[in-house]
Amino acid sequence: MTAVQPSLGESIRRAIQVRLRPLVERWKSFSQTRFGSMVARAFSTNAAWIFLLLLVLMFIFNFLAPGKFLTEFNVRSMAENVAVLLVIAVGETFVMGTGGIDLSVGYVLLFSGVTSAQVMNWGGKDPTNSGWDVVFLGFAVAIGSGFAWGVLNGLVVAKAKVPALIATLGTLGMSWGLAEILSNGQDLRYLPSIIADMGASRVVFDKVPLVVVVAIIVAVTGAVILNLTRFGRYTVAIGSNQEAARRAGINVDRHLISVYAMSGTLAGFAGFMSLAIFTTTTISGHANDNLQAIAAVVIGGTSLMGGVATVAGTTIGVCIPMVLFSGFTILGYQSFWRDVAVGAVLILAVYTDQLRRRRRERR
Amino acid sequence: MADPLLQARGIVKNYGHVEALRGCDFDVYPNEIVALIGDNGAGKSTLIKILAGSEQADAGEIYLDGRRIHVGTPFEAMRLGIETVYQDLALAPDLDGSANLYLGREVMMPGFLGKLGFLDNRTMRAGARKAFGELGVDLQNAQSAVANLSGGQRQSVAVARSVAWASKVVFLDEPTAALGVIQTARVLETVKRIRDRGVAAVLISHNMRQVLEVADRIEVLRLGRRVARFDRKGATIEKLVSAMTGGIAEEGAA
Repeated sequence: MTAVQPSLGESIRRAIQVRLRPLVERWKSFSQTRFGSMVARAFSTNAAWIFLLLLVLMFIFNFLAPGKFLTEFNVRSMAENVAVLLVIAVGETFVMGTGGIDLSVGYVLLFSGVTSAQVMNWGGKDPTNSGWDVVFLGFAVAIGSGFAWGVLNGLVVAKAKVPALIATLGTLGMSWGLAEILSNGQDLRYLPSIIADMGASRVVFDKVPLVVVVAIIVAVTGAVILNLTRFGRYTVAIGSNQEAARRAGINVDRHLISVYAMSGTLAGFAGFMSLAIFTTTTISGHANDNLQAIAAVVIGGTSLMGGVATVAGTTIGVCIPMVLFSGFTILGYQSFWRDVAVGAVLILAVYTDQLRRRRRERR
Repeated sequence: MADPLLQARGIVKNYGHVEALRGCDFDVYPNEIVALIGDNGAGKSTLIKILAGSEQADAGEIYLDGRRIHVGTPFEAMRLGIETVYQDLALAPDLDGSANLYLGREVMMPGFLGKLGFLDNRTMRAGARKAFGELGVDLQNAQSAVANLSGGQRQSVAVARSVAWASKVVFLDEPTAALGVIQTARVLETVKRIRDRGVAAVLISHNMRQVLEVADRIEVLRLGRRVARFDRKGATIEKLVSAMTGGIAEEGAA
């Protein structure tokens, strides 16, 4: 008898192992270093991979459409289009971090914009030349409307124990219907010129739209709260194991109400931003905001099951559909390809999250 | 013997038509490990949940240091110095060991930042390292989510959390159920260390050998009542099993 020959597959596997070993060793020693462990930890989450995907997409589009995609104009308009969505997605990140979901954000945004615009149009007089007092009132109404819907969502989820999916589907319908009733389905086009100026103004060497700066401030604040404060810690603790949080003495109901209230308030804020950008209530323009926000949050690596949430991921997750949309449009493809691609990425994101969960369950 | 540290008298708890506890008594003395044993459905877990505040008794009284107490929530129990290690661990699996140890009791940054709600993660990590070190738990990666730890390490985190905060009593509901030999020994060692720190430990276990090994005293529940009490010296596996299964008629007869 001759010695048993290793099969072809086996020898290939061995060859690969031999080749890869130095690389693996180098990676191991690298990941022991302070910087290395940071990198390793970053790539154990979805956010880093998604960021890589974003860079690759931008590279590809820039390669296919040189001088058209990464222009100052195109980048600015992409950022402007993404600003409002980012604000509601930050709130959504907290909600989904608790293991919940807020379907109502897009229509709470709309409702807040409508009530805000109507208050500024009070008495039927043209508000174009109104002063800061009227603007401030409109702002307060937008914030207050969003806050009220958010508190309602929170109460229904936390106290009445209605599943978040249904609770916020209910308030979605209610806020949508009421927005249409209040406005008679007509867009209000007259707003104080101060608001329009704000929406059009640019800062930082006159290049970056103010609304983009505001959205970035919201995102950075959200990231700080989520990662560094007790509020953020409780948010993921509740999403990770609500019962454990309750037993640890955390007032889970109150915290859930706060999180939904925050999401609603940010939606109200986004409603006001939308007024500033479009200088009208854009009643028919927010049909998909909620799903886009949720998709962005999930693509960014926040777990559908709760317990893991990242605002940085969400920010990238908001950008990817926008880059796809812009890229496909510039290349002359139908922009609906974006929806196809985003759908696929969404499924992939949730699939990898499930894989990660299953892997660790086996330990 | 000293006065009991924790006393339960005539605890009744019904779940619909099921009588989980029917006038159950229970005593814990200072500086002891008392084992609470009984067959499945005897009411051990229910009793612990009531004493730890996560369930409410339908009737009965609880005394701590001779004073009648009302334990309406787990939080109240914790404030009284009563901690529980639950069977299902009650950890937040996505958070790291330090975050779990300090869950609900976070250390805040000093001054203004703390008022704003900023966490002092550095202090908490140092405290966690110390607390885990005391139990001989070596968490190689302290910043790794608890879900990534082995079953034994997870259990150690849960035990460490209770021990770190308890000043009177720690309840341990089947703390070694999911553990290997070495980790079981380590957890039992921890239980002894709890006692040596002047805190009473109540151990629920199905493992009679383990009970006889670590417990100073043993109380037996059957069908929602206490039916027997043993000192470790007077107890044998046969006597315990017999009490659990009804071989001994009622308390006091033994």
